[in-house]
Amino acid sequence: MPGPATASSASAFTGTGLACRRGERLVFAGLSFAVPAGGVLVLTGPNGSGKSSLLRLMAGLALPEAGTLAWDGVALDEDPAAHRARLHFIGHHDALKPVLSAAETLGFWAGMHGAGDVPIEAALARFRLLPLASWPCRLLSAGQRRRLALARLLASPAALWLLDEPATGLDSDAVGDLAAAIAAHRATGGRVVLSTHTPVPLDGAATLSMADYAAALRP
Amino acid sequence: MNAFRRLVQRDLRLALRQGGDAAMVVAFFVLTVVLFPLGVGPEPELLSRIAPGILWVTALLAALLSLERLFQADYEDGSLEALSLMPLPLEAQVLAKCLAHWLVTGLPLALAAPVLGLLLQLDAAGYPVLVLGLLLGTPSLSLIGAVGAALSLGARRGGVLLSLLVLPLYIPVLIFGVLAVEQTIAGLAARPHLLLLGALLAAALPLAPVAAAAALRQALE
Repeated sequence: MPGPATASSASAFTGTGLACRRGERLVFAGLSFAVPAGGVLVLTGPNGSGKSSLLRLMAGLALPEAGTLAWDGVALDEDPAAHRARLHFIGHHDALKPVLSAAETLGFWAGMHGAGDVPIEAALARFRLLPLASWPCRLLSAGQRRRLALARLLASPAALWLLDEPATGLDSDAVGDLAAAIAAHRATGGRVVLSTHTPVPLDGAATLSMADYAAALRP
Repeated sequence: MNAFRRLVQRDLRLALRQGGDAAMVVAFFVLTVVLFPLGVGPEPELLSRIAPGILWVTALLAALLSLERLFQADYEDGSLEALSLMPLPLEAQVLAKCLAHWLVTGLPLALAAPVLGLLLQLDAAGYPVLVLGLLLGTPSLSLIGAVGAALSLGARRGGVLLSLLVLPLYIPVLIFGVLAVEQTIAGLAARPHLLLLGALLAAALPLAPVAAAAALRQALE
């Protein structure tokens, strides 16, 4: 390899010249980003500036109007299945079933994601949900539901975490748990992209201000 | 394969714990069939003649009743979005959900049908073919219905739209299912009709999941 700069750009999750359209409306255009291994990118911007849309593009839930997304130099559309296997996407919804217990929910998602017999207790403990493991989800509070959704991140390994407003409804202790989980994930070379209005303490986070690219917000 | 099994397991667990859906489908089936002797009068001859038709039409409507929920709950709580990002292809996931749907609706319907056949004075010769036909036909109902459920996802008044989309597609299953029973009672061979039901299932098995998965991706975008 010629130099460190080339090496780091090769091992990064990148987007180049991205544009996103929702219906008739162009949400943003000309957006580029790079998340190196161990890196974290925080999306900021007012409501409607396209933070969720960008995260959905990154997850492969929607296709960009223009531009390309690549993982370590390989375009995502060459192998969407491989991309799905290496990512966790936590959207606005918690994806919990009222009649399943917290442990069953976590076990299901870990199994669907391809994890073997991972001890989900560790994931529950990280978000202080262990005492609630056998509770049906309908009895959980909004913050507890959010913590259970976030525990999915730890129940099965994935290189890329895409988090849409992960701190919504969390108390300050839980925000600390989330920050600790992200730090541990980065320490093993994991990459994180999150959008947030609540400050989450993250060391050395790169910030992407969506307002700079938002097409609709320009006068 | 493990993920496929887990999804079937989860849907079965949800259906059994929530209780409502599966029991409601069978209850609807029983109640509607019971209405016919009250409506058309208790003449055994007439009832016996229209029994195969009543049982099949009612089973078809009962199966339709539960279809709206097939993807709706998962769509609303974000599970469908999360599922679509899992490594297991969406087509296989649709198949898993159809299997679970059939186990809690189609299978109980097929098992309940002979009891209701008694009520309608169905000719004794018709029972084995009735059950066999329902066992072959109801999986097709679940699969075809999944396409309709996926297409009507997110639409207002999705239930009505779903019926309009799916009922015409159920006609072949209905025709061959009823014919199989009637031919047997008339002393003719049911085999060709059962084979045609099998052929419909063989076509729906690979095609319906592909179509439903495409519709789901559209709904999620």
